[in-house]
Amino acid sequence: MARVVVLGGGVAGHTAATFAADWLGKDHEVVVVTPNSKWNWIPSNIWVGVGQMSKEEVTFELAPVYAKAGITYKQAKAVSLNPEGSTNSDKPFVTIEYTGQGKAGQSEEVTYDYLINATGPKLNFAATPGLGDANGMGEFTVSVCTADHADHAAHEFAKCIEKMKKGERQKFLIGTGHGMCTCQGAAFEYIFNIEHELRKAGVRDMADLQWISNESFLGDFGIGGLHMKRGGYAASSRLFAESLYSERGVKWLIGAHVNKVEKGKVSYELLDGSMGEESFDFAMLIPPFAGVGLKAYDKAGEDITATVFAPNGFMKVDANYNAGAYENWKASDWPRTYQNPTYKNLFAAGIAFAPPHPISKPMTTPNGTQIFPTPPRTGMPSGIIGKAVAHSVCDLIKKGPNAHLHEASMAEMGAACVASAGKGLFDGTAAALTVYPVVPDFEKYPGIGRDLDYTFGEIGLAGHWIKHILHHMFIYKAKLNPGWTLIPE
Amino acid sequence: MNEIEKYVKPYDDNFTTMVPTSFVIKMRTCKIWQLFRFIMINIKMLIVVRKSH
Ligand SMILES: Cc1cc2nc3c(=O)[nH]c(=O)nc-3n(C[C@H](O)[C@H](O)[C@H](O)COP(=O)(O)OP(=O)(O)OC[C@H]3O[C@@H](n4cnc5c(N)ncnc54)[C@H](O)[C@@H]3O)c2cc1C
Repeated sequence: MARVVVLGGGVAGHTAATFAADWLGKDHEVVVVTPNSKWNWIPSNIWVGVGQMSKEEVTFELAPVYAKAGITYKQAKAVSLNPEGSTNSDKPFVTIEYTGQGKAGQSEEVTYDYLINATGPKLNFAATPGLGDANGMGEFTVSVCTADHADHAAHEFAKCIEKMKKGERQKFLIGTGHGMCTCQGAAFEYIFNIEHELRKAGVRDMADLQWISNESFLGDFGIGGLHMKRGGYAASSRLFAESLYSERGVKWLIGAHVNKVEKGKVSYELLDGSMGEESFDFAMLIPPFAGVGLKAYDKAGEDITATVFAPNGFMKVDANYNAGAYENWKASDWPRTYQNPTYKNLFAAGIAFAPPHPISKPMTTPNGTQIFPTPPRTGMPSGIIGKAVAHSVCDLIKKGPNAHLHEASMAEMGAACVASAGKGLFDGTAAALTVYPVVPDFEKYPGIGRDLDYTFGEIGLAGHWIKHILHHMFIYKAKLNPGWTLIPE
Repeated sequence: MNEIEKYVKPYDDNFTTMVPTSFVIKMRTCKIWQLFRFIMINIKMLIVVRKSH
């Protein structure tokens, strides 16, 4: 009997664990180690953050689902890996520390035959003074990255609406809280939900909305922007983004590295090296992401973290980490199997794998500050990668060590994203978008790097309905309700 | 007042952007048109999902 240990019960880890359990059946064991007791459909946190959904509507208890699937569930966080075992045993193991199940604080060594690291991001608020510290988010801003954060954001937002109703003008600052952030799409969706709710509450005229981000052009989204067919042209996402911001009266500040957050004020540096300040009454700034800080040790107990993980804490996989300058980047630098090059029974999925390099072009200010988006790994790619990795591990177990590994390169897969403003069935609109491939392939698609037939987007009620369907469909699937395997990632 | 009249100011940041006309904005919430777009977008997304797996 083989044991597959999955670290992280998020989009990638949950997908990997549930498919692995389904494919392996009772002959083998699947263990999930995750510190959270609940699964969270993160995209809908945006609706929680404006008070349109409760956090209960975007989360559910993991324990009964894992019990149904025959998965061993350990509510714990992984601390370190020993991929060679220890001096006492050759069996690799992961050291975990419980966060629940009545064992909080206790440590355990869990041995594995195969390990899938799907620990997602560490929300690195501490990277920007005032945005937060080692304990998490600070007191001056809000976040929508977790359901609890979003719930808190909704309360602060409600207070602002009350103030506006009493005649007090409010300024909303939304975007990225550091020069090296990703996840611009979430902030984008949030600012337009804020705008929508302000209109609904009848206080839009009392609000100033300001976008701030590390993108060198509006509509970069961390994927170097994209092009869509419109009126016989291949038009850049910059045109569409600027159009939407103009239409909704949102001002934008781009190429910005927020270097300090204080009460009611952020300080920033721009790509041209100039410095500035922006005031706010309400700010939602996405923190930069890093790996969750897992350590690795060899058989003798020597620290081999730098062998297994990249300096940013994400796990090294079969990517080309030596591509060098932007001009040398190729689609083929991106990983295909997500297998660790040193330890073949280690895999990473979702945000946890170390990308070979960004997708957006790196930029540096005259003062030497780097300001550019780091690469996003959104829900669809995270799910697809999680499933492909689970497939590989199952084949390795069932067919032996020479089994062919399944491939899922982000340079050969698309992503569908729906950024919805509003929650009602008929009073919202959404920007529905697909991009193919996620990582542009300038050799295959010279010029714009993407297939114009499969990269498209539009704003309307239709996308909004899709967002509603996705919310219910993915929660249905994650709960392993009948037919869940038929629902694509 | 439509969006153009409301927000666009000469030589402001948004003076050089495209801004939707009232017709485009109307179509975004026209239920019949959006039902058609819903089917089209779903088909397109399913093709992208298929190509990605
Ligand atoms: C507000 C917001 C809105 C978004 N909207 C969209 C959207 O509309 N569409 C889209 O495609 N994507 C969206 N995304 C991105 C999407 O949520 C991510 O791509 C996806 O969650 C990544 O999956 P993951 O499994 O890699 O990480 P996660 O889903 O974050 O899961 C990581 C898991 O690992 C666990 N973990 C952490 N540390 C440890 C440890 N030490 N040991 C074990 N487990 C650990 C965490 O608790 C968590 O359960 C959004 C993101 C945010 C923040």
